Amino acid sequence: MLTAIELACERGERLLFKNLGFELGHGEALLVRGGNGRGKTSLLRILCGLSVPATGVVRWRGEPINKTHEQYGREMAYIGHANGIKDDLTPMENLRIAAALDGRVLDDATAMAALEQVGLSRCVDLPARVLSFGQRRRVALAGLMTAGALLWILDEPLTGLDVEGVAMVEQMVRDHIVAGGLAIITTHQPLALDGLTPKILSVGD
Amino acid sequence: MLKFLFTVIRRDVLLAARRRGDWLTAQFFFVMVVSLFPLGIGPEPGMLRTIGPGVVWVAALLASLLSMERLFADDYRDGTLEQMLLSPYPNSLLTLGKAIAHWIINGIPLLLIAPVLGIQFNLPAEALWILVLSLAIGTPILSLLGSIGAALTLGLRGGGALITLLILPLYVPALIFGAGAVEGVLSGTGSEAHLSLLGAFLMMSLLLAPWVSAMALKVSVE
Repeated sequence: MLTAIELACERGERLLFKNLGFELGHGEALLVRGGNGRGKTSLLRILCGLSVPATGVVRWRGEPINKTHEQYGREMAYIGHANGIKDDLTPMENLRIAAALDGRVLDDATAMAALEQVGLSRCVDLPARVLSFGQRRRVALAGLMTAGALLWILDEPLTGLDVEGVAMVEQMVRDHIVAGGLAIITTHQPLALDGLTPKILSVGD
Repeated sequence: MLKFLFTVIRRDVLLAARRRGDWLTAQFFFVMVVSLFPLGIGPEPGMLRTIGPGVVWVAALLASLLSMERLFADDYRDGTLEQMLLSPYPNSLLTLGKAIAHWIINGIPLLLIAPVLGIQFNLPAEALWILVLSLAIGTPILSLLGSIGAALTLGLRGGGALITLLILPLYVPALIFGAGAVEGVLSGTGSEAHLSLLGAFLMMSLLLAPWVSAMALKVSVE
């Protein structure tokens, strides 16, 4: 499904990594490991198509991702360091607009169910501005759930979450993988994916 | 495709409605700058009538630039810009939508205020109509070209000053034909030629600006 071939990444004249490659199929997860500044985020941005690698190519269903912008955009969901949440909108509006921008139809019941699942049922009508950092992260995760994407690319999804939240993300990822989805995750915290054996990729050693 | 465009526009207009303070700043700026000229130059009807069209147009350019810096910057900061770039639609549609939303939020109010300000300059009714018409054709150009500058300077420190330097030269044709149309009415030579050229300039910006802006955005986000 997703193939990365001989990727190299440069940041400010410095080579972060080279000859990096992997293959990921249905029902597989990839944990990206590496210390600070080793290029984990750069790798994830290359994989989702926001940056262009110095060399190499990323393929989705056999096609380079810059050639299949439309299909890849539909099947891939990305959560970066920033949550992608508008502070002036309520969680509900955020989900609805994100869905509309992706060309999906999202009914209120589904959005509500997702927000309940991430534990935000009491905050649906509040502007995201008044939510805490962790709660905003949960809005982004609710968006991920409603996106129905096949490939998840998550950059430090556990940042700012409490113990319960971490368990929730672990459960989400497990369900997604078991249902045949793909996930690429970076994290500094231990991520317990019981019953699954994720592939491990070390960056910049 | 068209639905995506409308969603982008609706989203930006909704966000502007939630932050009315930001939105009003540019309009007040426009009113203040234009009103300062009659006060500073003195109440001489002939002189005011001569400079009127130019002053209103220059103030419109500056007011448009004032709000331009934040066209992409807010979305960039909270990560929504990345999400929109990853949506399954062409990025030029996103920049086009943002430019149209900028025009609806900042351009249309200028059109409504301009005739009132024109009266301060002793402009006759006919010239006021042409002023509004020239701004109606011209302000979308300002939003479209400005989006290129906003995309190029995204994430740079002091981006606001840089946009001004980059984009003001591009605004010059719009200023010349826009103010020229009103002066044409005043001097009796007619405004059709100027308005046609302004219209041609609008078509050209409509075709090229979203595309250039999308390319610049990709480079800036990386």
